[in-house]
This record gives sequence, structure tokens and C-alpha cells, in this order.
Amino acid sequence: MFVINCPYCGERDQSEFSCGGEAHIVRPKQPTELSDDEWAEYLFMRKNIKGVQFERWNHAHGCRKWFNMVRDTSNDKIHAVYKMGEKPPVI
Amino acid sequence: MTKYRINKTRFVDQTKTVSFTFDGKKYHGFEGDTLASALLSNGIHLIGRSFKYHRPRGIMSCGSEEPNAICQINDNTDLTEPNVRATEIELYEGLKASSQNCWPSLNFDIGGINNLISPFIPAGFYYKTFMWPKSFWKKIYEPLIRLSAGLGKSPTQPDPDIYDHKHEHCDVLVIGGGISGIISAKIAAKNNLKTILIEDKNILGGSTIYQNNKNFIIDNQKSNEWLMNEISELEKLDNLIIKTRTSLAAFHSYNYLLAKENISDHLPIDKKNGSIRQRLWKIRADKVIVAAGAIERPLIFNNNDRPGIILANSVKKYLDFYGVSTGLNNIIFTNNDSAYETAVSLFEKGISVKIVDIRKKSSSNIVKNAEDQGIKIYWNSTVVNTFGYKKIKSIEIMNLSEDGSNVTGNKHKIQCDCLSISGGWTPMVHMHTQSGGKLDFREIDQVFVPTEKSENHINVGSCNGDFELEEIVKNTNNKVKKFLNINEGGFDKISVLCSKESEKKNIWLLPNTISESKTKSFIDFQNDSTAKDIKLALREGFKSIEHVKRYTTTGMATDQGKLSNMHALGIIADTAGVKMGTLGTTTFRPPFTPLTFGAIVGRSVGKFFDIVRKTSIHEWHVQNNAKFENVGQWKRPWYYPINNENLHEAVQRESKAARDSAGILDASTLGKIDIQGSDASEFLNRVYTNAWSKLGIGKCRYGLMLNEDGMVYDDGVTTRLGENHYLMTTTTGGAANVLSKLEDYLQTEWPELDVYLTSVTDHYSTASICGPNSKKILKKLFPNKDFSDEAFPHMSYQDAMIDKIECRIMRISFTGELSYEINVESKYGKSLWENCIVAGEEYKITPYGTETMHLLRAEKGFIIVGQDTDGTMTPIDLQMDWIVSKKKYDFIGKRSLYRSDTMREDRKQLVGLLTDDPNEILEEGAQIVSELDKKPVEMIGHVTSSYFSPNLNKSIALAVVKGGKKMNGQKLIVPMENKNINVTVSDFIFLDKENKRINA
Repeated sequence: MFVINCPYCGERDQSEFSCGGEAHIVRPKQPTELSDDEWAEYLFMRKNIKGVQFERWNHAHGCRKWFNMVRDTSNDKIHAVYKMGEKPPVI
Repeated sequence: MTKYRINKTRFVDQTKTVSFTFDGKKYHGFEGDTLASALLSNGIHLIGRSFKYHRPRGIMSCGSEEPNAICQINDNTDLTEPNVRATEIELYEGLKASSQNCWPSLNFDIGGINNLISPFIPAGFYYKTFMWPKSFWKKIYEPLIRLSAGLGKSPTQPDPDIYDHKHEHCDVLVIGGGISGIISAKIAAKNNLKTILIEDKNILGGSTIYQNNKNFIIDNQKSNEWLMNEISELEKLDNLIIKTRTSLAAFHSYNYLLAKENISDHLPIDKKNGSIRQRLWKIRADKVIVAAGAIERPLIFNNNDRPGIILANSVKKYLDFYGVSTGLNNIIFTNNDSAYETAVSLFEKGISVKIVDIRKKSSSNIVKNAEDQGIKIYWNSTVVNTFGYKKIKSIEIMNLSEDGSNVTGNKHKIQCDCLSISGGWTPMVHMHTQSGGKLDFREIDQVFVPTEKSENHINVGSCNGDFELEEIVKNTNNKVKKFLNINEGGFDKISVLCSKESEKKNIWLLPNTISESKTKSFIDFQNDSTAKDIKLALREGFKSIEHVKRYTTTGMATDQGKLSNMHALGIIADTAGVKMGTLGTTTFRPPFTPLTFGAIVGRSVGKFFDIVRKTSIHEWHVQNNAKFENVGQWKRPWYYPINNENLHEAVQRESKAARDSAGILDASTLGKIDIQGSDASEFLNRVYTNAWSKLGIGKCRYGLMLNEDGMVYDDGVTTRLGENHYLMTTTTGGAANVLSKLEDYLQTEWPELDVYLTSVTDHYSTASICGPNSKKILKKLFPNKDFSDEAFPHMSYQDAMIDKIECRIMRISFTGELSYEINVESKYGKSLWENCIVAGEEYKITPYGTETMHLLRAEKGFIIVGQDTDGTMTPIDLQMDWIVSKKKYDFIGKRSLYRSDTMREDRKQLVGLLTDDPNEILEEGAQIVSELDKKPVEMIGHVTSSYFSPNLNKSIALAVVKGGKKMNGQKLIVPMENKNINVTVSDFIFLDKENKRINA
């Protein structure tokens, strides 16, 4: 149970948040132009890193804002949180 | 005083007698006793039978590591509790305890025969034996194994006790109230840090509090007296919370910890009433100091499990803390100095004691002390056997060979009534590893100690591998000061004198003259696994400690291997010829000691288990005899039985009324999302499969929402209230998920869109009136309104008033009937509903529930997302191609509709099913096949909705069938347990395909 520093609300208990999986996967602008394989790559393929991972999180039971978070999945250390649209930090 | 209560101590009040029963017989103990100390004071050692061999077992320890003395507490059907450790339960007036795992009685146990046939039931016996014949498993083996499995009896009635949860924050949490915990807590609290100290026993002080020995001196006082003063000073500090009877259950990441406080378990039965039984503390601590202590190890030798064989330090605690002698003719068997403290303590009270030590000598103060007093010590010796069935009577010892790998010389028999054993100490590293910490193996005394890396927690005292009083006090002071960034600890100039151990020797499995296969050297006492079992597992090819553990069940009992894990590791390492440090340990998982389910769920029981949502009309439904069903958290009227109608009868009546005259449904639970913003139309275009740009103001449209994978996610009618203003409805169960999905796209994919979403589900109540007479009822409710088809056509919306109450009326239909939905602010919901009932009286308006709603929509072939779909259905599968826009460039899920898999023609597709016998109603979920002769019979689909339609006077069903689109008219079979039902594939719109009723 970690403590997450919501970029809008500040530090809150993990139970207020939900994880939305890997971050920085952009929805293709022209899906119809893509082959089945390319579309499947966007739709299904996710990394599951042991180590530093960029993730989407939602302050579901708080401000309901989505934001990004850099977390080490091997020890749950949170390296950074940043708003949607902001440039990912270099870790 | 009983024969074994030989000492008066300050911890047990011998003026206050407490009576209790064990196996139905009445005994007495004193206030301050545990069940174990009270039984021992009555000379009772035999407490239970072992799990596998049913060997007699007695009390072995004085704490949570106890493997043998587990009892059933209470005998009533609701409060009885199995597997309670006698060493942990505080004695109270009226306590009823009984032994477990024996039949017909503890003293004569039929299961004891397992002990005689034990050569035939080695490790893995079950896996090897019950493999064949295969047909025996279900009828013979499994019932038999289930009969003998499990310890104790579960309560058969709901738990009447109250449990509680509490959240707490602090600067410093100290786990353990022994000497190192007390020093830590005092340093923290004196430096203005909000500190919590938790201790699982009823008083602070650990083992030092009864260490009344001149070899252990702090600041010129005996260590117990020094500590007593420290505790009384500690209790005066006001930023320190001391929680006794509170044990740590789990240490999670980010210093989030769970601790269980026993509040009324120790109270006499008449004082427990109404009080909270246990409280689970959820603590978020800035810093955590673990001072969890260490557990004494047993020694592993032949027949080391008899009642009367007790850990040496526990013998000392029973003597010096409870005033109870565990025997009058003691032998101590040890590999280290700490057991000599027990010997000296026994000797000083005039109790006979001899020592068997596997070492060749020891030159420490405490050993010298014992020798000076004339205690007989057998050096370089080991116990090779013990005797006495229900209580130890004697032991046989032999000399060890030079390297300790064998025994030499003659056997020497010694009489005794108690054998104290000590194999050294194991630091309690559970908390450290639970929090993610790693361990190092320390060769010199063969212990795993914490690797200190975390900035947020440290380990102090014996759980950190500091066993001698001087290093405990000094290291704790220094570490805590550094950890908390404090200059003056208050213990900097302290002087500590103690006995120091110089000779160390450890043999994991002590040698014997007879072959290993004929010995019973128990490692895990509770699960009856022996050294022989571990070696067998290794011979059979198990290498990983995790595999050996599961194969032999070592460490898998309710004590979670607190006494057994180290020996199992040691024997594996010795046998396999590897170093223990490289072998690693098994995983230490929470909880540290068993937690009650009550403590875990706290107050979330009964009506507090989940939130219950009720519409503003709920009260009317209750008064009108509605039966309710749960839809998500909502209570929705299911049907309204009249007189003694059952579900079927009520639904037939309600459905008929809705089609013949008028019906009314509480539709308030449908999810409602208010959508505003200049890009609202564009947004809807992107989230629904159909086009929205051209929807006029005041018009309604049905929409289907997909996931990005092309599967149907939700559906509902959305109304355009204004130029930039829509009201979306969702399914009742899907409302929250739809909102969060839409928010996700808005915030992350399309932040450029000017759209605002607000959940308004609770803001409005909805009465849905349907049936041929609905228009007449609406006219009565809104006399000034023009309800002609021209003025108010199907799929449109208008504002109206009842008195001064604003209403939104949508002419939309989920039943296939002419239908109106009237929305008002929630607070007027009930009044609106009652108005509708009054207005509809002359048309016999009939309230109907969800079951009738489902039937009516099925007649019309409308799907229910989640019933007729399951996350694998595309709109094309549902034969809803008409709602998928070909013109729109993109919408959520569009691309996936053209994947090779979603375009397959043999996907399961929605069809109607008619039974050949029109009175036969299919079961929802039933499987559908096309032929029975070809084995294996292929399942080609399943029934999703099924009803008897009173309006069509026949059974109808919706189903999904592979390639169903092209199967109209084809005969299929629904095989049931007792018969096969013949069905014919049909159109899934059973009634009024021409929409005459809706447009009536």
C-alpha cells in the first residue's frame, strides 16, 4: 500500500487510486490506415517490466484526474508523478 | 498452591483464583496466567495429538511459536474457536478449552495407530498412494482424506462478536516491547516524535523483565529491576502510545502496517458482553523500528516430541514469570549458554537439574556459575533417545565423536520428568522481509540477519542478531539515534555487565546409533514432518527449499514453521552439501500469527458489507409488496406479487398488463451523465458507433458504445437537450465504468475537446409508463401538453410541469410499447410516481419490476448488455449492423471491427430460439448443440435470455450460436440433465417487428 503524490491533490493513500496500465501509448490518429498487426500492437501489446515502469494512474476516489507515474515494480519506489501531456522525466 | 506452583512472582496474582475447564475437567489458575501456565501448574503436559501420527504432544514453548499446545476454545456453536495456542491465551474465569485431533479422547486416541504404521506413510504418501485406480478418488479417497483433514472445529453459527478497524499515523512505530523496543520508544518519544509502541503480550518487558540474575547488570542493578524503572518512566511520556496485547500482522511497503489488538479476549465471559473483541490497526508510520526479538530453536534428535520436552527459555519463563515449574527432575539439553540461565534459575529454587551440552566446554560466567553451584554437566554429549509415552520419563545420552558427526561410547540412561532443549536462537526477521528487506547468513552462529538498507525502518535487538545484553543495549541506542537523527539518546553512558558466550557449536540433526529411517526426529512438530522426510524429498529429486517445504509440508502448519524452518534449511544444506547462505529461505508472508476473519472484515458485515442504493421511490415499492433484486449496488423492484403469486405468475400478469393497458417501471437507477461543451456532439460521434452530429435539439437516439477491441461495452439513449448539452443514459450496472472510460478518453486522448461530464444518476428519478393507454395517462398528468404523434413523436423529448415541478418527458421505449419516461429531480420522485399511479388508476396501471422489463424487451428483441453480451460480442455479432456508421472516419472500437478475427463468419451471433414444445422454457446459460451423435459433442452456443411470453403464448429465448445469422429455421438441441430439448432458430424479434405499437 503505497502513498501516491497526486499532482493535483498531494499525498494520498493508494486505496484512492486505480492503475491504468502502461503510459505513453498514443491512440493512432488514423486507425483505418493500420494493418491488423499494427492495430494489434496498439491494442494488445503491453510491457510488463520488472524495474522502472511508466504508468497511467487515476485518482479515482479523489479528483478523478488521470496522471502519469514512474514506479519501480520491483520495490514499488515511486520516482516521479507528472500530469498528462507533460514530458516524461528521465529516470 | 499446587505442587508445581513453586514460586511467587509479581506477574501472577496468587490471591486471585481463576477457574477454567480443560477437556471438561475443572482446574484452577491465577490472574496473570496463560492457559498453558495454568495447565502446567496443575501438572498437565499432554495437550493434544499430533496431526499425522496422533502422537501425544505437550506444551513446548511460551509464545506464538507454539506448535503443539493448540486448543479449541469455548464449546458453543457461535463463539467456539479452533487452533488457539494455549501459550497465548490469557486465563479468564469460565474459560473452556479442549484438546484437538483426538478421538475418542486425548488419553486414548484411535488415530494413534498411525504412529505404528508410520513407516508406511512417509512424505508424499498422499501423492503416491491415491493416484489409482482413478475412479476411487471421488467416492472413496477424497471423503476419507477430508474426514481426517483439518484441526479443530469451525463455528457453525455467525460470529456474534464486534470487530473494529482504526487508522493511525505516527512518526515512529516500535514493534516489540522488550528491552530494545523500550529503549527505542523512549529515545523517540523523548525527542518529541509521536511514537507508538506495540507489544503482543499483556505487559512490557520481554524476557528481560524476569531476568533476575546477578550475571546481568545494568547501571548496577539487576537487569529486570533496571527495566522495571525504565517502563514506569516510559509510561509517563505523553507523546507515546503504548498498545499491549497488540501483535503485528503485516508490514507492507511505504511503512503501512497492520496490527491486531486483543481488547476483550482476556476478560471473564460476563464482562465481555457488548465490548469490541479485536481491533485491527492500520498504521502509516514515518519510521519503523522493529524490535521483534528472537525465538529459541529446538534440537533435532530421536523422539524429541514427547510431552515434557520444552524449550529451555520457556521453562525459565514458566518458572520466573508464572512461578510454575515444568518438572521437578529436570535435564537441560543445549548447544549454547542461554540454557544455563534456566539451569541456574531452577537450581536456585531448589529444583533438581542436570545439563547435557553438545559442546566440549564453555568458559563464560554463567556456565562457571552453574559449575560452581555443583550442577552436573555432561559435556560433548547428545541425547539419542527419550522414553515415556504421555510424559517424558527418561533419556539416553551418548558422547559425540570428535567432529560431531557420530556418537561414540556407551549409552547412558538418565531419569527425568522434564527435558529443556535449546538449539540457539533465531532472529524474528519476518517483519523485515515482509517489508521487502533482504537477509544475510551469519556463519558463526548460523542465523539469518537483516541486511540494513531501508531508510524507513531498522531492526534492533535480537531480531537483528544481537543476542548479548550489552550489545543489545548499546547497539540499539546507537542505531536508533542515527536512524532518527538524534544526538543524545539518554542511554549513552550506560554500563552493562553480562555473561558472554565464547564457544559456539551447532548440529542441525544430531547423530544416532540407529539408522535415520528408524528414528523419529521431528522438525515440524505440528505437521509431523521429520528429518527422514526431508532427506527422502532430497533423494526423490526435490532441490528447491520451496518444493521440499510443500512436499514434506514442513513449515506449512498454523505456526508457519517458526520453530522448524531453520532446521529444515540446515538439514537440506548439510545433506546437499551446499552453504545455507546460498540456499535462501522460504518466503515470510503475512500474517505473522493467524488473524481472525472478524478482525480482517471489521465492521463491514451485514448491512455494512456494501453500500445499498435506493431510489427515491423505494418506500412505495416496499409498501406495495415489491420483491427486490440487486443490480450493482441498487435495490430494484424485481416483481410485485399480489396475494400468493410466485415470480412466474406475477411476471405473466405484469407483462400482460403492460401490453394490454399500461405498466409503470421505476427507471431511476439507469446511469445518467450530463454532457456539456462546444464539442459535445463530436465527442458523442467518437464514443458511439452511430452518427450524432445531425441529431436535432429535443430528439433522442439509441447509442451503442464499444471497447477499443470492438466489443459491445454499454448502450443507452442519449437526448439532445440543447445546442451543446446532452443527457446520456447508461445501463444501471455500467454507469460508473462508462463515466470513468469517457473521462479517460477526454483527459488523455482528446484533451483538445471542450467537453464536461457530470454524473447525474442520483439527481433524477424516472417513472417509465408504457402500454397502449400510456398516452391517455400522460394527458391526464399534463393536460396542457399536446401528445399527438406530430407534436411529440417517438424518440423525442419535451419539458413539462406538474404543478411547479419541472419534468423532462422522453418518448422512448425499451419494451416495444408506446412509452414515456418522466424525469424529475430526485426529491420529487415519489410524488411523481404517486401521481402517475393515481392518473393511471382507471387504466389499471400496473407497476412492474425488472423481470417483466426483461421479458418485454426480449419479446421485442432488444438486448441487455451484460446478459446477451459478455465482452466478446461485436455489434455485427448482435446483428446490429444498422447502428454502425459506415461514414464516420473513426469511433472507439471501429478499427477492431475489421480485424480478421472479428470478421469471421463463424463467430457466435445473436439469434432467437423457439422450443418445439411451446410450453418448454429453456434455462438461461444452457448449452446448445447441433448434433449429439458425433463425439465429442460440440457446444456451438448458449442461451442468454429465456422467458414464457404471455403475449405470444409461447416460450421464447435469445441465444448466441456459432454462425447463427445464417441458421434461421434450423433445428438445434439444448441437452439438459434429464432430456434433450428440441429448438428451432428464429428471428430474435418475436413481437411487432413493424413497430406498430411503439408508434401507436
